[in-house]
Amino acid sequence: MNLLIAIMQTLLFISLAPLLAGWLKWCKCYLQNRKAPSLLQPYRDLLKLTHKQPVVSKDASWLFIIAPYIIFSATVIAITVIPLITVDLPTAASADMIVLVGFLAFARFFLVLAGLDVGTAFGGMGSSREMTISSMAEPAMLMAVFTITMTASTTNLSFAIEHILQEGLVLRPSYIFALFALILVAIAETGRIPVDNPATHLELTMIHEAMILEYSGRHLALIEWASQLKLMLYGVLIANIFFPWGMAETLSLSALGYALLAIMGKLGVLAILLALSETLFAKMRLFRVQEFLSFAYLLGLLGMLSHIILEASR
Amino acid sequence: MILSLAYAAVWFSFLSGLLALLIRQRQSVIALLHYSCRTQPAWQQRLDAWLEQSIYPQRIQQMSFALLGSAGICAISAGVSNLISQSIITDQLSLGLPWLPWHVRFDSLSALFYLIIGIAIFAVSCYGPGYVKENNEQEHPFAVLGLFSGLFISGMLLVLLADDAFFFMIAWELMSVASYFLVAFQHEHSANRRAAFIYLIMAEVGAIAIILAFGVLASFSEGGTFTFEALRQASLSATWASVAFILALIGFGMKAGLVPLHVWLPEAHPVAPSHISALMSGVMLKVAVYGLIRFSFDLLGDIHWQWGVTLMILGAISALGGILYAMMQPNLKRLLAYSSVENIGIIFMVLGLSMIFLAKGHPNLAALAFIAALFHAFNHALFKNLLFLGAGIIQHQVHSLNIDEMGGLIKRMPHTSKLFLIACMSISSLPLFNGFVSEWLAFQAALQVDVLDNAVLRSLIPVMAAALALTAALAAACFVKLFGMMFLGLPRSRHAAKAEETQDKGILASLSLLAGLCFLFGIFPGLMLNLLENVALQTLGHGLPNSSAAGWLWLAPVSMQQASYAAPIVLILTLIAGGISFHYLRRDPAVKLRHSDTWDCGFGGLTPRMQYTCSSFTMPFRRIFAKVWRIDEKIDKKSGNMPQQITDIHYQLHIEDHSWPRIYHPIEHSVNRIARLVSRMQTGNIRVYLSYSFFTLIFLLWVIS
Repeated sequence: MNLLIAIMQTLLFISLAPLLAGWLKWCKCYLQNRKAPSLLQPYRDLLKLTHKQPVVSKDASWLFIIAPYIIFSATVIAITVIPLITVDLPTAASADMIVLVGFLAFARFFLVLAGLDVGTAFGGMGSSREMTISSMAEPAMLMAVFTITMTASTTNLSFAIEHILQEGLVLRPSYIFALFALILVAIAETGRIPVDNPATHLELTMIHEAMILEYSGRHLALIEWASQLKLMLYGVLIANIFFPWGMAETLSLSALGYALLAIMGKLGVLAILLALSETLFAKMRLFRVQEFLSFAYLLGLLGMLSHIILEASR
Repeated sequence: MILSLAYAAVWFSFLSGLLALLIRQRQSVIALLHYSCRTQPAWQQRLDAWLEQSIYPQRIQQMSFALLGSAGICAISAGVSNLISQSIITDQLSLGLPWLPWHVRFDSLSALFYLIIGIAIFAVSCYGPGYVKENNEQEHPFAVLGLFSGLFISGMLLVLLADDAFFFMIAWELMSVASYFLVAFQHEHSANRRAAFIYLIMAEVGAIAIILAFGVLASFSEGGTFTFEALRQASLSATWASVAFILALIGFGMKAGLVPLHVWLPEAHPVAPSHISALMSGVMLKVAVYGLIRFSFDLLGDIHWQWGVTLMILGAISALGGILYAMMQPNLKRLLAYSSVENIGIIFMVLGLSMIFLAKGHPNLAALAFIAALFHAFNHALFKNLLFLGAGIIQHQVHSLNIDEMGGLIKRMPHTSKLFLIACMSISSLPLFNGFVSEWLAFQAALQVDVLDNAVLRSLIPVMAAALALTAALAAACFVKLFGMMFLGLPRSRHAAKAEETQDKGILASLSLLAGLCFLFGIFPGLMLNLLENVALQTLGHGLPNSSAAGWLWLAPVSMQQASYAAPIVLILTLIAGGISFHYLRRDPAVKLRHSDTWDCGFGGLTPRMQYTCSSFTMPFRRIFAKVWRIDEKIDKKSGNMPQQITDIHYQLHIEDHSWPRIYHPIEHSVNRIARLVSRMQTGNIRVYLSYSFFTLIFLLWVIS
């Protein structure tokens, strides 16, 4: 039964990710006085791409062709271990938070290699920048994760969320630091403004788009879907770790229904906040990103230290 | 039985060295063989045919490597069987001085390192025949290479067997000096001679520190004897124990390549032949790690937490420094050598963590960190060997080690590229591969910091964990760059465009073996962890906190509630997800791939020179971590006749390690200055020398009376 729920939840996660992207786009358009596309537009785009004939460069190797599948499945593995609507997730035991970070790194490894494969300057540029940003974001993310794992004394996400739920509403300074660190990391890792602009194509400032410039058809669909999954993944992490209320602790139909509504509400609010910040802030220079991420790292570190100094049992 | 297998490994490697000497002695070998089978003329004819003039050297090479391979098999079986049986075998050899027999001891710790060396030399023995075939026998005689390889390997194996300080140092020196000749093997380049010389100096300075460390320990032992048994019983005051530990740390750290004692490593490892670099980087550094573990955990016994902190900080500096230096290297083997510095740093960091837990009275957590460190040592031996052996193949094909002259090799060398990719993924500690497991265990150990009562330690260890995370992320960046520049993109040089896959089955077999092991222990780490727990049980007296920690499926070192990892399940899930997406998307018949030109912004004429290079890929890192290196960047612009017109741009980039100008050049200068002062005494006049002897004599007589 539990396993069935886990599979259902993963499928739900995969199918909801484009909706979140659509909602985000809708909010942004509304804020910027533009006419918004339909909420279902990302689904239509994905469907259209899967039916198109992919064009592959003559210089591409086998790695270029299998990379999208690897990226997609690594991201899917990462989401199977995140509790979306129920707390008790059996798959969370097979891979903990550190493995989750590892799988995101796995997907990125192949994305970057794919960017280098064809041998264009754009690909190299994107790959180099992606690796720079991620190598600074990953330690910051782990710092934030460690803060949470040390309070809950587990790296298993299911148990950690259960711990937070049982503890009730406690104001922990370490969590506030960790929350902000995770938000900054999420912005950098999902390529949002001010780190990268997801709306640009063919600009010298682009990062994510530069790497996938050569992709088309179903390959592009997979990569796009994977990055929508990644956006939702970070959203769910933030929503369910720091605001886990509403998640189903029992496996009744009504609890699951409420939990679904709750997570959609939380993600909707997060998306509005993201759209607001993307409208208010401008993209920053590439070499300012390191300051942004060092700040995230510092916040993670402060969270950790405030846990040790203020909250630890001894 | 186990001990005779261990001896057999030493003998086989020694014999393989001796056999290599016969490569120029065909006549005498034939004569000897004819004499020994003089009753069987049919055999004689077969022998003649088998050892024909033209293929004789190859036969000798193959047999020499076959002996090395059997040494490897013996070492593996000795290691594994002792790890399973957990026995401690001691023996005495009546070699050396009559009143000082050599003591031998083979326990789990030695057995583990025997296993590491065994796997490495077995892989090298498969790889060797195909690799040395292309050597020029006149310039680089195989006799030298084979002899010193045999001595080098037997030296390493003997270090592991030694149970008294004398025997240990003899074996240690055998290893160091034999490897000096291997580094100096291609001695026609002055840079190689210099590298070998630096290596020799630092190896000997390190050896002196180790001897002093043993001396300090022995002076507190019963009767001043040098057997390890006596040294274990020695009771030292905290100060003297720390002195001994620092000396040992300097000595073994110099061999292991801790920053700032690492400078010989990036010089010496790249210049040796590739299979030797693989052994030096993958295995010899591990022998130094073994030495430190043996000295501090086994002989010194009482661990102080301050040592752990020292080790941790030095390890963190080495790890971060190593990977940042590695990232900037355009030379493939230098990059790999610096990355060894990084991995040794990680091992030392985790060992330091283990020391802290041990000193603070948490032996189970200490065992966890200890096991993580040993597992990382094992993993590093696997993937670093694989990388160096791969580098050897590529060097043969591209005729260069400069990464900027490679590119596009994935299409020319399909097998090598796949195996190299596995190595890159393991070393970048990606899940499903072995490098990840050891790092995961290290994080799990670091996260248990809440049990410590010292607030400084409790905040220091997480910072170290974050340094480990940064190291892992930078390693991923470094190896993505390496693989991308070497194998992907368009060929950047003529040789790279013409490179071909190696045809030698042995070479590919050895690489596949190592890559297979990387994957196997990434999916089933429990296999290895059970063996490693035996080492911890014997050395520290304690196992993992969770007794059923390492099943074949689950890995839960502390408890199931705290952390668990099931690589097989994750692998199956990945395969399902990948399979479904692959299958589903392939169903549509209208979506066959169409091949076309690369998109070139509509300008046309993309050339390989427009690609990102090593230095452009790492440019953001160079700016962010600018203080780490000494960067010398020059741009020369030549202007033409027209104003603002530029005809020619030259870009020069030179990146250097801080340790040379900051530490080693001052030392070099002061040594030279002292030498000049001393040379004033040497006037070359015999009367002055006679008067020196006279006054010395008078002085000594005065002292005696």
